[in-house]
Amino acid sequence: MTDNELIWRIAGGSGDGIDSTSQNFAKALMRSGLHVFTHRHYPSRIRGGHTYVEVRAKDEPVQSRGDGYNFLLALGDSFARNPQEEAYYGKEELKPLYENFDELREGGVLLYDEGLLDDADVDEVGLEEAAEENGWEVVPMDLRGIAKEHGREIMRNTAGIGATAAILDIETDEFEKLIEQNMSGDMQDANLAVLEDAYEAASELDVDHDIEVPENTHDEEQVILSGSNAISYGALDEGCRFISGYPMTPWTDVFTIMSQHLPNFGGISEQVEDEIAAAALALGASHAGVKAMSGSSGGGFALMSEPLGLAEMTETPVVLVEAMRAGPSTGMPTKPEQADLEHVLYTSQGDSARVVFAPANIRECYTQTRSAFRIAYEYQIPAIVVYDQKIQGELRNLPASHFDEEPNADPGSVLTEEEIEEAAHHSSGKFKRFLHDPEDGSNVSPRSIPGQKNGRFLATGNEHNEEGHISEDPANRIAQMNRRLEKLDDIRADLDENAAHQTYYGPEEADYGILVWGSQQDTAFEAVDRLNEAGHSVKALGVSDMMPYPVKEVSEFLESVDKALVVEMNATAQFRGLTQKEIGKYGDKMSSLLKYNGNPFEPAEIVDGFESSINGEDLAATNMKYLPAAGD
Amino acid sequence: MSAFSAIGDEREIDRDEFTPGIEPQATWCPGCGDFGVLKALKQAMPMVGRNPDEVALFTGIGCSGKLNSYFNSYGFHTIHGRSLPVARAAKLANPELEVIAAGGDGDGYGIGGNHLIHTARENHDMTYIVFNNEIFGLTKGQTSPTSPKGHKSKTQPHGSAKSPIRPLSQSLNAGATYIARTAAVNPNQAKEIIAEAIEHDGFAHIDFLTQCPTWNKDAKHYVPYTDIQQSDEYDHNVSDRQEAAEMMFQTENKLYEGEVLTGRYYVDDQSPSYGEEKRATGEMPEEPLAERYFDEDAEWERTYDELLHHHK
Repeated sequence: MTDNELIWRIAGGSGDGIDSTSQNFAKALMRSGLHVFTHRHYPSRIRGGHTYVEVRAKDEPVQSRGDGYNFLLALGDSFARNPQEEAYYGKEELKPLYENFDELREGGVLLYDEGLLDDADVDEVGLEEAAEENGWEVVPMDLRGIAKEHGREIMRNTAGIGATAAILDIETDEFEKLIEQNMSGDMQDANLAVLEDAYEAASELDVDHDIEVPENTHDEEQVILSGSNAISYGALDEGCRFISGYPMTPWTDVFTIMSQHLPNFGGISEQVEDEIAAAALALGASHAGVKAMSGSSGGGFALMSEPLGLAEMTETPVVLVEAMRAGPSTGMPTKPEQADLEHVLYTSQGDSARVVFAPANIRECYTQTRSAFRIAYEYQIPAIVVYDQKIQGELRNLPASHFDEEPNADPGSVLTEEEIEEAAHHSSGKFKRFLHDPEDGSNVSPRSIPGQKNGRFLATGNEHNEEGHISEDPANRIAQMNRRLEKLDDIRADLDENAAHQTYYGPEEADYGILVWGSQQDTAFEAVDRLNEAGHSVKALGVSDMMPYPVKEVSEFLESVDKALVVEMNATAQFRGLTQKEIGKYGDKMSSLLKYNGNPFEPAEIVDGFESSINGEDLAATNMKYLPAAGD
Repeated sequence: MSAFSAIGDEREIDRDEFTPGIEPQATWCPGCGDFGVLKALKQAMPMVGRNPDEVALFTGIGCSGKLNSYFNSYGFHTIHGRSLPVARAAKLANPELEVIAAGGDGDGYGIGGNHLIHTARENHDMTYIVFNNEIFGLTKGQTSPTSPKGHKSKTQPHGSAKSPIRPLSQSLNAGATYIARTAAVNPNQAKEIIAEAIEHDGFAHIDFLTQCPTWNKDAKHYVPYTDIQQSDEYDHNVSDRQEAAEMMFQTENKLYEGEVLTGRYYVDDQSPSYGEEKRATGEMPEEPLAERYFDEDAEWERTYDELLHHHK
């Protein structure tokens, strides 16, 4: 069988340069004309611990990780604590080899560094039998030796790239250019020499395989970036110039990117004592007139609950991002999951009035973060962008033109001093910041900023009257609650008119539907293609608006199919629950395909899960769980 | 022209401007020390020359949190313990605002203690007034972080086994650059200390003794008081950290022995404020960030031009 795609997996220990090497590999392939997509898997450790990255390359846009992979570059873990001993978690040095056996496709190539991994040890983990059984082409090379001849041991990864290029018959020009761009002096010379030597050495080997790296040229200029980049760039282009945060995986990426660029963009980044403070600072900056954001991951976001409620009550605009990782509690810090949906929707006391978007990919991370800022500041409401460790770290190419958009720093529904002069004031002299019936029939009351003349008001987490003073008057309470909550209806109408956050995929008419949200969307779309090719009749809807929920769109989709499979990465079908709550029916149409083992779905798993669900087969032997529809 | 014309308005200020045109009925009990803070704060404003529209007063939760209901300026009544992080960001967003935060001893020394440590450490240019009544008032008299050891209440029925917190010493260790204690029973000293604290370029912490006649002590428990700057008995150099520490230690002990010491404990005029430090490292714009959003001619950077080349 000939594979017309390359799925190259580089595996090593944390600290072996797996991440940066894979980024360069992906970028070089993109520059050579291919479409690329990366999938990262890493432990919560700094030095040592099996980590891998997959780079999938095709001659057409890639929207998901693939099914398994066909080329393994196994460097071994040079930071393993007990390299020769059977440790608590197994043979650490060899893990980047044997833990990858499961998913290497038949006929795949397995290149490993025999400079680090002892042949006797390799025998012991059963490489020979596995290779024979699966028809793998095993290539031992002394990558460490080549690296040390010209430079340092860490350059094993560059040697691995050179050897990969020779085996796959890829030109090394783009790799050389990247080394020249990223390094200088002795470092550059040494890496170039290692690349060349490894290429030469591998060229002399006789490696027999069926992987055909496709060829392609791009019609327009491409860029390769991560979801964290796209969220940050969306925030910057929407005029966000203040971020406050506390480090936590995987949210740290956005915090880091923003902190690196804000000074050059004339903004401020604050690393603070905890996440309560982080959210509170964002509110303070916004109150004083600046477009501000904060964010965290599960546990840190839990600390933001109370400031989030304060933002709702005081109608202080703010954008929070939540990068989900597997929970509960500390959970699995570096593994993705979609189990914080209910957390972000409902956390904090009282009836919640917030906006929640779940972008599905890098493209949507940019556009929906921009939407979140626009909506937050126009409607004076907190907006949350919820994503996960998968989107955070995966790289993908897309046309540069996607980002060729004008910035928008409009602070939203804020009055000028002249307008404040004309606006309603209480006889005490205070400005009616929380007017019951704002003009033009909207539910958004006019806003002033400290320092503006005659704009004084009180912002308070207590229920309050029009000028902000604490009030428990029942009529006022109803007026204020209704106004705050009805803003969500206004936002729904605005989004329906101005934003297309939901994504339709597959044929217009189909018997079956797949409903999906966030990071699993594009993987599900690839599964839809395969299902239709296999003779099924399936279409999909990817939903991003979690609140306010797109009731009409999803209802029409569910109405149009006989049955729907809801695919999500959690154990309790949270999105399906939300859908049923919001729509109030179709509980008998929706069943769930769930996965929560720390790894995102592969397209083939969704295909299998779909087929099992319609055939009534058991999923017990897989990594997934099936939850039938009501009544089934 | 600034979008915030109240800022830097050089007119004569009358303290009555800080009394709302129609004053809400105060929720404080008769004889409460909180009235003393309100009055002293209003009196300090003409002394520092700030008008109501350029002052932002952030409060926590509790009786003290109601301060900005009765003080006519921009106000933000936040959540329990969190006035400092909200306030300090407002100062970073617009350094030309006069930023004041206030809360009770439970708010500032208990639930918000971590924020106090870090705000003091960073030396934000702002004033923090802690209403210290040695009790939780609004929730009806529970033991607070400043209640004395052995204090009996419904939540500590056999008497508190905990020593009280040392607010002045803790603030000094954390990095505050102006630290004083005053009392509601001494309005003249209080207004002067508040004015000094506001004018201080850095984090100023005032531990303000406010009697709670309903649940704890009434005013007479704080009389007589000694102003350490006026007393012949005490003579420490407020700019000497070690002498300040010793004076604070004594003051904190004596409060629980029935002797009320007040005054300025530590004044460091040399250390730059956080804003100055941050501008020096290039991590904060020279002009107030908030102004930029209201400047029609402002040019906004675009990631497409500035950052996208990293990804090509």
